[in-house]
Amino acid sequence: MTDVTDLGIAQLRDGIRLGTFSAREVADAFVVKVSKAKALNAFIVETPDHALAAAKEADAARAAGETLKPLAGVPIGMKDLFATKGFQTTAASHILEGFKPVYESTVSQRLWDAGAGMLGKLNMDQFAMGSSNETSYFGNVISPWRRGGGDNAPLAPGGSSGGSSAAIAARIVPGATGTDTGGSIRQPAAFTGISGIKPTYGRCSRWGVVAFASSLDQAGPMARSVQDCAILLENMAGFDPKDSTSLELAVPKWEASLSGSLRGKKIGIPKEYRVDGMPAEIEALWQQGVDWLKDAGAEVVEVSLPHTKYALPAYYIIAPAEASSNLARYDGVRYGLRELAEGQNLQDMYAATRAAGFGEEVKRRILIGTYVLSAGFYDAYYTQAQKVRTLIARDFENAWTYCDLLLTPTAPSAAFALGDKGDPLAMYLNDVFTVPSSLAGLPAMSVPGGLDKGGLPLGLQIIGKPLDEQGVLDAGLAIEERAGFTARPQSWW
Amino acid sequence: MNDSSYRIHGDTGEWEVVIGLEVHAQVTSNAKLFSGASTEFGAEPNSQVSLIDAAMPGMLPTPNKECIRQAVRTGMALGAVINKYSRFDRKNYFYADLPQGYQISQLYHPIVGEGRLEISLDEKDPEAFTKEIGIERIHIEQDAGKLMHDQHPTRSYVDLNRAGVALMEIVSRPDMASPAEAGAYVKKLRSILRYVGSCDGNMEEGSMRADVNVSVRKPGDELGTRTETKNVNSVRFVMAAIEYEARRQVEVLESGGRIVQETRLFDPDRGETRSMRSKEDAHDYRYFPDPDLLPLVLDDAFLDACQASLPELPDAKRRRYESDLGLSAYNAAVLTADAETARWFEALLAESARVQAKGEQEVARPAANWLISDLYGALNRLSKDLDESPVSPVQGAELLALVADGTISGPLAKQVFEIMLDTGDGAGKIVEDRGLKQTSDTGAIEAVIAEVLAKNPNQLEQYRGGKEALFGFFVGQTMKAMAGKANPAVVNELLKKALAG
Repeated sequence: MTDVTDLGIAQLRDGIRLGTFSAREVADAFVVKVSKAKALNAFIVETPDHALAAAKEADAARAAGETLKPLAGVPIGMKDLFATKGFQTTAASHILEGFKPVYESTVSQRLWDAGAGMLGKLNMDQFAMGSSNETSYFGNVISPWRRGGGDNAPLAPGGSSGGSSAAIAARIVPGATGTDTGGSIRQPAAFTGISGIKPTYGRCSRWGVVAFASSLDQAGPMARSVQDCAILLENMAGFDPKDSTSLELAVPKWEASLSGSLRGKKIGIPKEYRVDGMPAEIEALWQQGVDWLKDAGAEVVEVSLPHTKYALPAYYIIAPAEASSNLARYDGVRYGLRELAEGQNLQDMYAATRAAGFGEEVKRRILIGTYVLSAGFYDAYYTQAQKVRTLIARDFENAWTYCDLLLTPTAPSAAFALGDKGDPLAMYLNDVFTVPSSLAGLPAMSVPGGLDKGGLPLGLQIIGKPLDEQGVLDAGLAIEERAGFTARPQSWW
Repeated sequence: MNDSSYRIHGDTGEWEVVIGLEVHAQVTSNAKLFSGASTEFGAEPNSQVSLIDAAMPGMLPTPNKECIRQAVRTGMALGAVINKYSRFDRKNYFYADLPQGYQISQLYHPIVGEGRLEISLDEKDPEAFTKEIGIERIHIEQDAGKLMHDQHPTRSYVDLNRAGVALMEIVSRPDMASPAEAGAYVKKLRSILRYVGSCDGNMEEGSMRADVNVSVRKPGDELGTRTETKNVNSVRFVMAAIEYEARRQVEVLESGGRIVQETRLFDPDRGETRSMRSKEDAHDYRYFPDPDLLPLVLDDAFLDACQASLPELPDAKRRRYESDLGLSAYNAAVLTADAETARWFEALLAESARVQAKGEQEVARPAANWLISDLYGALNRLSKDLDESPVSPVQGAELLALVADGTISGPLAKQVFEIMLDTGDGAGKIVEDRGLKQTSDTGAIEAVIAEVLAKNPNQLEQYRGGKEALFGFFVGQTMKAMAGKANPAVVNELLKKALAG
């Protein structure tokens, strides 16, 4: 008998529709898997009742002969950055520990409206700041993957959506939400051999998503196939009048239009992404990706994105600047943690609450952000970074005159061991390939391409024109069809 | 007196005062600037707070179009440049009444640019001494909440009802030179805001308040260092704060000290300002563009609609009252000083013209005189505002019509008006019920006159001896004897004849 937890979103949806299995069976199977996978530390809160309620509704609808909703009875994981009504929402921070919103984020509401159920709130880097999940207040997520040859060092699942990536790779959830500010969907997807897409900025509403850097934050799906990502994204995206930066556009039928044929498409290879010290395996995989896309009918051209090297410094000014302001609301006055000793005043309370409530990386970024916005430094840092951002966006616009899509590696390395990157700068360098498209607000996706010699997954990134999620997904599918990526981590948890 | 000659007389000579005002005016709208919460005044604490106002995690602002519209209309009424492109910035600081940890404001690209406002320094003759005060800019921003320190011995409470309410900050140029000019500026600005309907101007409810920038200098010198006195909430206090602050600065300078650029508070009980914080510990607000909000881009259709929605403004109305209605400069100024009075007057005028079947210019003067002297006098006595008047414009017009067609005399009209105030009855009914109709019956009047002359032989002799001023005495006696009901014109005519012998 098939283990339903080996199935993806499309197969689960179809199976429930056809009655191959009941939604209840699906929910039960995943709930058990989640409860047995505590060693991964992928969840901060498990919510089996939510998943079971959605399953019950799906089975009842089917029994009554009703048309099933697009995701009826499909259980998923929800990154803990999304506010979920009545369920603790912490952004993996101590300062929000115990906080249960009285509201539901637009994206999660859309998924529930589509019939999906929630298995739990997924662990992540605190306030989405990190690339390894080590900044979570609730302990780091451990990747289900291990290096071959008896090396059992626990590995990073990537970040910040590391709970999402680990849970999907371990097959304890079939799909999950992620958010991506500078690579937080794509890098963890690459580290764990799954797919994930960050849509065009403004496709998914940010309403109810705990803010990190407002001009960059974008929600997106993570799953084990390109088709599954398309299905989830269709049920997450859409105009939301409650978010001024939301795009007032209809949601395309991405799944129905999926095609792995790239005839007539031009794929650009940005030469500036060939960085010094890039492992040969990644270089080789990139070339392999080029060949796959050619095989799918695409023409491949070299293009230049001359300001690429300034993207990372600009990002690490703009994102902390916005974060320093966005995180000012966590002050102990209205909700979440409050540290106030007898006889202390308001200033004491702010200092004590924020000192106790924020982790080291969050504090570091608040300090950087506060510094770059302060009088006398604003022009040198923030204004300059915004100019760089404009130039980077222009680089991409110029590239689109020569090509339709760009192909790059997702990350400069495979997953590293937890604790390996103690130096924050080394950690920041992990975002080098994902940050430019974030700064330009472009849709970008990571799909698994193969394994390195240690047996760890490597990802390829496809970057598209604004609003061309379809082109990105199609190219992702073309790679998926050719890569035949079937490797999966062996359960040790 | 031209008020720009205002000087502080110090020990070392005369000092000029330089004043600029930043007026915060609450925008009239049902909902807050970036949330749907209500803005009604006086509600239970924290009963008008949305998730956005409380800055819950993941909440986002969306601009309220009505607030934008009102700011644009205000700018247009001040003849200001409207910026088709403007943007919101965050002003970052921590305080318990500021849930987001930042105020959404407009530093770099305000919605309204330069404009002007003409103030008049002589109410009786508004054109005599006028001065143009420059408006530097108007921007839109969020109000903060309110801390309450008197509810608990050791704790403070926070009321977020005001948090997120839309304010216009109207920044003047440092063009004012005396407390009187500043007072006239605030009054005029309030008048325009009320005409436009963009702010109710109620300073006692906090919907309008001023930050007062004051510096002093010897005539001809460079500008001195200024201080900013925050949140002054009445015209009188604005004037008092300037007066005090200018004198204080002169005293400091003359005793060899120097003025520190600082923020001060006005204490209305003591009539003095005191230091709140100095520049050294001023906040670094770390302004930057709010990434949650797109730039505001206004199109021509929106601007045209704003322009078309503007009412006639006080200066234009005042000039029209003088030129078209023939009112005195003083009456025109009084009737147009605030929108409510002008509305009342125009209703009275229209109704008077209708019932008397005359043109408005023919009925305007008696209507203006009656409103300013009789009605205002009565309202003053009753301590009521015009909008609480027990007599409506329609009732006033009825009374004025009875005078105009000779049914009752002017003095009788005053009596009828008093009865109207007491009973709420209409003038016609009162005149009818109480038999107060004026008589022009010459026979009856001649009989009374004969009686009056017979009773006052001495005065008669004096009059005939050349003391013609006694004519009024005879009119009074005759009117009194007829209980005020005699037609004064007929009385005059018949008296003259009788006195001539």
